[in-house]
Amino acid sequence: MRGATHAKWAACAVTVALAATACGGGGGNGGGGDGSGIVGSSWGDPQNPLEPANTNEVQGGKVLDMLFRGLVRYDPKTGEAKNMVAEKIDTKDSQSFTVKIKDGWKFSNGEKVTAKSFVDAWNYGAHLKNNQKNAYFFGYIEGYDKVHPEKGDASAETLSGLKVVDDTTFTVKLTQKFSTWPKTLGYPAFAPLPKAFYDDHDAWLAKPVGNGPYTVDSYAKGSKMSLRKWDGYSGADKAQNGGVDLKVYTDNNTAYTDLMAGNLDLVDDVPASQLKNAKSDLGDRYINTPAGIIQTLAFPFYDSKWSKSGMEKVRQGLSMAINRDQITDTIFQKTRTPATDWTSPVLGEAGGYKEGLCGDACKYDAGQAKKLISDGGGIPGGTLKITYNADTGSHKEWVDAVCNSINKALGNDKSCVGSPVGTFADFRSKASQQKLDGAWRAGWQMDYPLIQNFLQPLYYTDAPSNDGKWSDKKFDELVDKANAETDTAKAVSTFQDAEKVLAEQMAVIPLWYQNGSAGYSDRISDVALNQFSVPVYNEIKVS
Amino acid sequence: MGRYVIRRLLQMIPVFFGATLLIFLMVNVMGDPVAGLCGDRKCDPATAAQLKKEFGLDKPVWQQYATYMGNVFTGDFGTAFNGQKVTELMSTAFPLTIRLTLVAIVFEIVIGISLGVVTGLRRGRPVDTVVLLLTLVVIAIPTFVTGLLLQLLLGVEWGVMKPSVSSEAPVNELIVPGLVLASVSLAYVTRLTRTSIAENRRADYVRTAIAKGLPRRRVITRHLLRNSLIPVVTFIGTDIGALMGGAIVTERIFNIHGVGFQLYQGILRQSTQTVVGFVTVLVLVFLVANLIVDLLYAVLDPRIRYA
Repeated sequence: MRGATHAKWAACAVTVALAATACGGGGGNGGGGDGSGIVGSSWGDPQNPLEPANTNEVQGGKVLDMLFRGLVRYDPKTGEAKNMVAEKIDTKDSQSFTVKIKDGWKFSNGEKVTAKSFVDAWNYGAHLKNNQKNAYFFGYIEGYDKVHPEKGDASAETLSGLKVVDDTTFTVKLTQKFSTWPKTLGYPAFAPLPKAFYDDHDAWLAKPVGNGPYTVDSYAKGSKMSLRKWDGYSGADKAQNGGVDLKVYTDNNTAYTDLMAGNLDLVDDVPASQLKNAKSDLGDRYINTPAGIIQTLAFPFYDSKWSKSGMEKVRQGLSMAINRDQITDTIFQKTRTPATDWTSPVLGEAGGYKEGLCGDACKYDAGQAKKLISDGGGIPGGTLKITYNADTGSHKEWVDAVCNSINKALGNDKSCVGSPVGTFADFRSKASQQKLDGAWRAGWQMDYPLIQNFLQPLYYTDAPSNDGKWSDKKFDELVDKANAETDTAKAVSTFQDAEKVLAEQMAVIPLWYQNGSAGYSDRISDVALNQFSVPVYNEIKVS
Repeated sequence: MGRYVIRRLLQMIPVFFGATLLIFLMVNVMGDPVAGLCGDRKCDPATAAQLKKEFGLDKPVWQQYATYMGNVFTGDFGTAFNGQKVTELMSTAFPLTIRLTLVAIVFEIVIGISLGVVTGLRRGRPVDTVVLLLTLVVIAIPTFVTGLLLQLLLGVEWGVMKPSVSSEAPVNELIVPGLVLASVSLAYVTRLTRTSIAENRRADYVRTAIAKGLPRRRVITRHLLRNSLIPVVTFIGTDIGALMGGAIVTERIFNIHGVGFQLYQGILRQSTQTVVGFVTVLVLVFLVANLIVDLLYAVLDPRIRYA
């Protein structure tokens, strides 16, 4: 029986080799019970661990919005910052603030929300050793340079500008005047945290506990999170449904197919390829509303070729050579709106959005474009290179379209070319280290609905997201002046004056405002997207 | 033969190190992964430096590789950027993909070999022509087209199945994805078996077997098929690794959070730990599958000896 011996040997070898590859059995994931009133919604795997000060993208932010309520909350319809946990936030000089919180708020594990819950959470978020990606949000608070120095180790454990007065009061001292600072507090990074967070961090991450309208029922990382309505919730905006099941999809096309097949209630990111059909597939269950996102073309001002005088004419000319209407219609199916300023329509007139602030420079005019570019000395090197990341977001399509538009306007098919970079990480590392030449695609998703957020982090001298290193004294002065202004209306108009400097210099070319798009099943109603293009889950009703 | 097996196992060692080193270098060439973690803004330098230190990215590449390999042998595959242990990702991803691969392999073996035998024995007849044409069509159509089409027809239009696989992924939900994943290889298995059978049908030992008066069934299964299976087994063996690694398309379409999905995310986010960890295991799977194939030759054909 030769064959049999061979088979035995084969089996032995297999066992030996397999033992080396064995990697432990899979942990079962508890599927939430299919109770009534549960909304099934699509989700993407959050990029970072789910901690308030560590979450900087939409997918994680979605969960935090259900689990937490901070001092203020942005009205999902108007974007106005309204007090939530805060009773009032007072200041006399726009620099020292006294925060008084409402009594009676609780975390879902029974702990009381006190002034300490906020102060401890902010200290945690700001401290260098905790690696929180949103630490810079606490940068305006006095003592930040001690707990989060640019180099070396922290020399203090807590922010000196934060003081607990009593159970419901704490004071904040900022390093500079910042009149609209209380309005920034709706950002998830400023959420309060319960003691359980520090006591057993891993357990908290596995099942986060907050003070919002929902609690986490079960969380299978990377595949599904079941949130349930929390009956003990203290706020007025109680959940109108029994809960939300967030399901991670490998591809938003599959999520859309699931919605079509009746397996899913809500898709908050309609794939580009389905935009054409979404209207006819879903009718008025298709939502397409503006979000606080603007896309721009940025330039390397660290390169003398681009920063010398006269180049502003070239940049204005390039802006005029881009046919925004045509591109947003054909490529984006009207899910983008041509930009005419550097903010976003979600701010509203009172918040600082001003239609047409960019003037003629943002209107398509091929003849004028050609003239301006040659007046300014032509495109450096003769060809404009637009760098983009090719892995996500269908950037190739629109960059090619923008280049086409420029080439056609200038009558030279070598005026503009797209230059893809493999991954987003690589693209970002090149941009943030000033290694790009020519132009690149840039985008900004607001942190909070304030005009300040669209200007200061991006164009102020050496601001953290000023990748192009644009710098203008007049602009900086106006921003400082606006921040010191105690009257909101005056602050806004001063910011707009600063924005006019952007228009004169064309520091970046505004392309279009991005919309949030969503589709939902006929099982649910009252679906809306907020200014961050996140569904307002607590208002969704299930029939 | 015992010696042969030991030698083969030893040969795996340099292949293993070479392959992992290559992957490690390739992922590292792609640039600074931390830059992508902060979205469209620049990470603040202090946090970025801290994160690099935590993931060991501040050291030279050779040192990173050395530490990494050292950790791998103690079962520590590192941490992905979202704070999850890579072993934790593996423990959820591999069972799913293995199940999907098994479904696919079963389809390949059952349908592929049966069709191959039928057509091989009836070469030139209408059945043969029809199956040949069908396999040609399957090979010509890319997997994602078949996948999306079946998903749309069965899932949305006719409502026979759910378009996406749930997170538990029971076997009955994996049948259609498994078939899609297997489709191209299945066509190749059919064609390989057919050619091999047709060739061996005229071999002396088959003629002898028939002359001995053995029943037709025994001639086909014991004599003809067993010898004809050698190229097929080679193909299926190497296909195991290819199916596990190449499931990216199928897993994306049917929402299966398996190896393909994790690898895809790892590459997008440039998470060295995830990519290298998963590829390391896949390399082992390839090596083991190849070893099994080589050992199976002797089982199929006793004339083959190992030295």
